[in-house]
Amino acid sequence: MKQQLILRIAAKFFIPFILLFALYVQFHGDYGPGGGFQAGVIFAAAFVLYALIWGVDEAKRVVPPSLLQTLAAAGVLIYAGTGVAGILLGGTFLDYGVLRHDPVHGQHLGILLVELGVGITVAAVMTTAFFLFAGRKRP
Amino acid sequence: MVELVDMVLLAFMAVVAVIVVRLRNLFSVVLVSGFFSLLSASMFVVLDAVDVAFTEAAVGAGVATVIMLGTLLLTTSEEKKASGSSLGALLVVLITGAILVYGTLDMPRYGDPDAPIHHHVAPRYTHDSPREIGVPNIVTSVLASYRGYDTLGETTVIFTAGLGLLLLIGSSLRARGKKEDGR
Repeated sequence: MKQQLILRIAAKFFIPFILLFALYVQFHGDYGPGGGFQAGVIFAAAFVLYALIWGVDEAKRVVPPSLLQTLAAAGVLIYAGTGVAGILLGGTFLDYGVLRHDPVHGQHLGILLVELGVGITVAAVMTTAFFLFAGRKRP
Repeated sequence: MVELVDMVLLAFMAVVAVIVVRLRNLFSVVLVSGFFSLLSASMFVVLDAVDVAFTEAAVGAGVATVIMLGTLLLTTSEEKKASGSSLGALLVVLITGAILVYGTLDMPRYGDPDAPIHHHVAPRYTHDSPREIGVPNIVTSVLASYRGYDTLGETTVIFTAGLGLLLLIGSSLRARGKKEDGR
């Protein structure tokens, strides 16, 4: 669809805003509806849109599949690592209260990190899934 | 007023479901299913479950539709004619539907303060969350902190799903690529 001028310009215009909205949903999840899961899907949607207009191969140059696989694992590790950090600081697994001096601040930090982990994994897996399905040739 | 919105949404969902069953063109089926997801997302908004509505709109109406369309490229775009009579299937569907409706008769009314769900851990969460967690969105505090183990499990499930996809259809791609290079 690269030759479609209107689609290309509209996508170019939309993609930064989709990414920005994803970040907003990610980091505003504490205050309004949203969180890592939704943000990850919206973030992936931006790459899907890019792949739809410029083709999957071009999109793979923007986000290499190997990077996506690393990120998918990194997200889970950030989540579990936050839990382990709780143990190392003298609490229990996934107890965020001990991450900071003030338990409420610790909870804030813990939730932020955990949601970040969820967002990274979801975005990476959703983009990978799209690349895998859309990149296959008709048998 | 809310009842009217509920009824209109439910009627729309029923109509859309019938359309999906009647349609034979799979491309239209995927698009209409996306519309069904959007309707259920609106339903969740009416039920005040905005977080769930958000997920349904993003995953059900958005990414799932795109992935189904991607899958459609690999198959035919017309549904095959079913062979034989579908009376048995109709019977199974009717019985299952009847059992489900029978199950709802026992359920507490929507918003009933005496419902069991409001007497387990929910009062503690809604009462102590502002003091213990200090996050204005209680859904997030339950999801990420009180129920942190569950969410860790969910994230692992998504990761595993991605891993499964890579192993199932990612490796065959790579093997085919190698073969083409060798030629």
